[in-house]
Amino acid sequence: MNDRTRGRAGGGCMTDQADGRPFLKVEGVSKSFGGVRALSEIELEVNRGEIRAIIGPNGAGKTTLINLISRVYPPDRGRITFAGRDITRVPTHRIASVGIGRTFQNVALFRGMTVLDNLMLGRHPLMRPGIFSSGIYWGLAQKKEVEHRARVEWIIDFLEITHIRKTLVAALPLGLQKRVELGRALAGEPTLLLLDEPMAGMNVEEKEDMVRFIFDINEELDKTIVLIEHDMGVVMDISQRVSALDFGVKIAEGTPDEVRANPAVIEAYLGTAAQQASR
Amino acid sequence: MPPRDTLPDTLPKLLVATAHQYGHRKIAVREKTFGIWQSHTWADYLEQVRTLTLGFAALQVQREDTVALIGDNRPPLYWALLAAESLGAIPVALYQDSIDREVKHVLGHSDARVVVAEDQEQVDKLLQVKGDLPKLEHIVYVDPKGMRHYRQPYLLPLTRLQELGREYGRTAAGLFEEAVAKGTPDDTAIIAYTSGTTGEPKGAMLSHRNLLSNARSFLQVEAVRETDEVMAYLPMAWVGDFYFSVVLSLLTGYAVNCPEDPATIMRDLREIGPTFFLSPPRIWEGILTNNHVKIEDADWLKRRVGQFFLDIGQRVAHHALLREPVPWTLRLLYALGEFLVYGPIRDQIGLGKVRLAYTGGAALGPEVFQFYRALGINYKQIYGLTECGALATYQPDTDVRPETVGRPLPAVELRVSEAGEVLIRGPSVFVGYYKNPTATEAAVPDGWLHTGDAGFIDRDGHLVIIDRVRDVSTLADGTRFAPQYLENKLKFSPFIREAVAVGRDRPYVTALLNIDLEAVGNWAERHGIGHTGYMDLSQKPEVHTLVGDEVARVNRALASDLQTKGLFIKKFLILHKELDPDDAEITRTRKVRRGVVVEKYADLVEALYSDADHARVTTTITYEDGRQAQIESSVRIRDMALLAERVG
Repeated sequence: MNDRTRGRAGGGCMTDQADGRPFLKVEGVSKSFGGVRALSEIELEVNRGEIRAIIGPNGAGKTTLINLISRVYPPDRGRITFAGRDITRVPTHRIASVGIGRTFQNVALFRGMTVLDNLMLGRHPLMRPGIFSSGIYWGLAQKKEVEHRARVEWIIDFLEITHIRKTLVAALPLGLQKRVELGRALAGEPTLLLLDEPMAGMNVEEKEDMVRFIFDINEELDKTIVLIEHDMGVVMDISQRVSALDFGVKIAEGTPDEVRANPAVIEAYLGTAAQQASR
Repeated sequence: MPPRDTLPDTLPKLLVATAHQYGHRKIAVREKTFGIWQSHTWADYLEQVRTLTLGFAALQVQREDTVALIGDNRPPLYWALLAAESLGAIPVALYQDSIDREVKHVLGHSDARVVVAEDQEQVDKLLQVKGDLPKLEHIVYVDPKGMRHYRQPYLLPLTRLQELGREYGRTAAGLFEEAVAKGTPDDTAIIAYTSGTTGEPKGAMLSHRNLLSNARSFLQVEAVRETDEVMAYLPMAWVGDFYFSVVLSLLTGYAVNCPEDPATIMRDLREIGPTFFLSPPRIWEGILTNNHVKIEDADWLKRRVGQFFLDIGQRVAHHALLREPVPWTLRLLYALGEFLVYGPIRDQIGLGKVRLAYTGGAALGPEVFQFYRALGINYKQIYGLTECGALATYQPDTDVRPETVGRPLPAVELRVSEAGEVLIRGPSVFVGYYKNPTATEAAVPDGWLHTGDAGFIDRDGHLVIIDRVRDVSTLADGTRFAPQYLENKLKFSPFIREAVAVGRDRPYVTALLNIDLEAVGNWAERHGIGHTGYMDLSQKPEVHTLVGDEVARVNRALASDLQTKGLFIKKFLILHKELDPDDAEITRTRKVRRGVVVEKYADLVEALYSDADHARVTTTITYEDGRQAQIESSVRIRDMALLAERVG
């Protein structure tokens, strides 16, 4: 990571919402899979404009938490509110329209489609015209399609993927696929982005690029970001606040330095990861 | 056309005239952004230049100041260039991939007061060296992306410069017109820093007269039209781009197209379908390699059909170039090939509509030349150098030959000195090197520009370039040796990307090679040879056998060529790293710095003249951010004589 990105993270913005309520609020959420208690009594508050990192060892329940927020499955107990609205029971297919976009740990793009088509698909929740007018590409449908395409092109330019616009996703290296997936999430015009290990499997250069894009998205596009990340160096660099999970319980929360110094966190990361965390 | 004495005599005057002639009726510049080709008419072009001129005036830019530009080919950079000229200031374009040290040298030497940079990447480089450049006052950036945290007071976005211009225009109406009218043909129109295969770059000053006399002369002999389409994709710092994307466009009114991104050039090329196209040999060689890879990847039938008709094309082109009648069977097959192979390939490489295709800027092997002629492209060589206002010779449509660079332009007087050096005289010979009278005196000691190229004029008045004067030498036994000719023959192979031939005062000729990572990588993949990167692949024994076959082919060609009688590449090695402009081994325009390479790899060269079959090598490499690192490795040496015995 270069000095500039480090400096930027230090001076990051922590704008609270006008009414003082958190943008995303998770209250007393629990989730079990059969006999496995994945999450218990999780409390989480994320302010508007924040970059929040969620860390924790494997199996700590990080992805489960993201899946609950994005409504892949419902919580057993507890409540999730987003932008002042209770979304605990919002159906999965409506979540993108609510304003939450996400990426997946294992890239979940349509591999047989081009980058452009994948991004256009990301616009789907915003597409209004019905089957008939869309089917014959007429009137409002045509006008809207052009607008959607213009927005997608803007994202393509923003994420610097112009050269692969018409390339099939299957032919791309993982680093680029992750960027395309981020583009698809952005295409739905979310206000909250959930990124599940956006930098997994990347080399140093690709990670630096991704960090830069996350900053740009947060600051220039004014998106709130919640991300899961293993690379502690990255987490320390980009997030203003960090929440640490272990065995389904939140064990610490605070600034990166506070969390890094927290004995419970060091305990959870014992072994090789402990050295990494205290780096 | 107006009478001769009223022809515009500076580029800004020419811009005003051309913009008035076409107004909003004709496209001047296109740029692909957000996936769409955005167009600007000639009237827009003039308006943009006017605004920026006033903006520069608001920044107190004076006549004779220098304004530098750095970035990919973007319309605002061209506008800024002409805006600087309109004020009587002198534009200097930098290579966009220059590293900090080079940026500092050019900006410092040229005393630039203002730099217009394309984006954050370029601005970061400028900020690195800003402290060492006391004369640099303003940095203007075109693309605001990522710039929101930059607080330096001397940074301003292009939009702010435009605002300043508009405000200034309200208080100083007519300033633009007055400034343009003040320009004279002997004002410096541009300082082009020549990448130079030796030493630090020198700033060649070209006046409006130099450029316009040269370009008008070119237009007399070549049928360039206002309806032509041109791609602006070569580095703006190279005089060839300035000549094709600015000077000729202003003279003829043709449209210039800026690609979306350096990575999309080939696709953008195909969308535009340029009709008038200039490229240095490395790009032509690159397209050839690409084509080779695609043919190898095709299925059996397509591969056979492709190769068959490419052979037919070569034979037809050969007859045509010798001006012999083409047998009717060949003609018939050629017509079929046009339908099956040549047309589709031309279309795929984006040259389906090209009327005039040129190669220039460096020497080209005759085999590459023949290949493009065989595809039915009107492919020609031009020769010139920065110091002579870009062009010196051209090949008329009716008189195209692979081995010559053609006849002198009407405005160019050309002769060959006793010592065999090509000399040029005429109105397009440059003013001199900026702040370097010694070098100017050495280049133009007697009214003639000494090009440094060795050549001769053949019986039909065509110029033939042999090599750089200082590189032409003899082997220890007195055999004449011109390395470039051999190197071009080697580089024709799709597997060989760069070649440096060594032989001066040596008992025999040897070569240091770079393989083409794409073509050899593809070959290795098809033959199940695993590899990790360039260094690993370059030292595989199978790759040495493959490249050895190519060298053997070149040796056979050398034996049957009168020019290279007695020459034979006895040993070669494949360098463990690619020659890189950041390591100063090759120029930004991709010309090998032979002296640097031979000196840097002196141990390897010595090993080539010993009995060793491998050499150990430690190299210092420079990363993009300027850090340096050491790599140690072993390089194999192949003896062609041994290889021949084994095969024989």
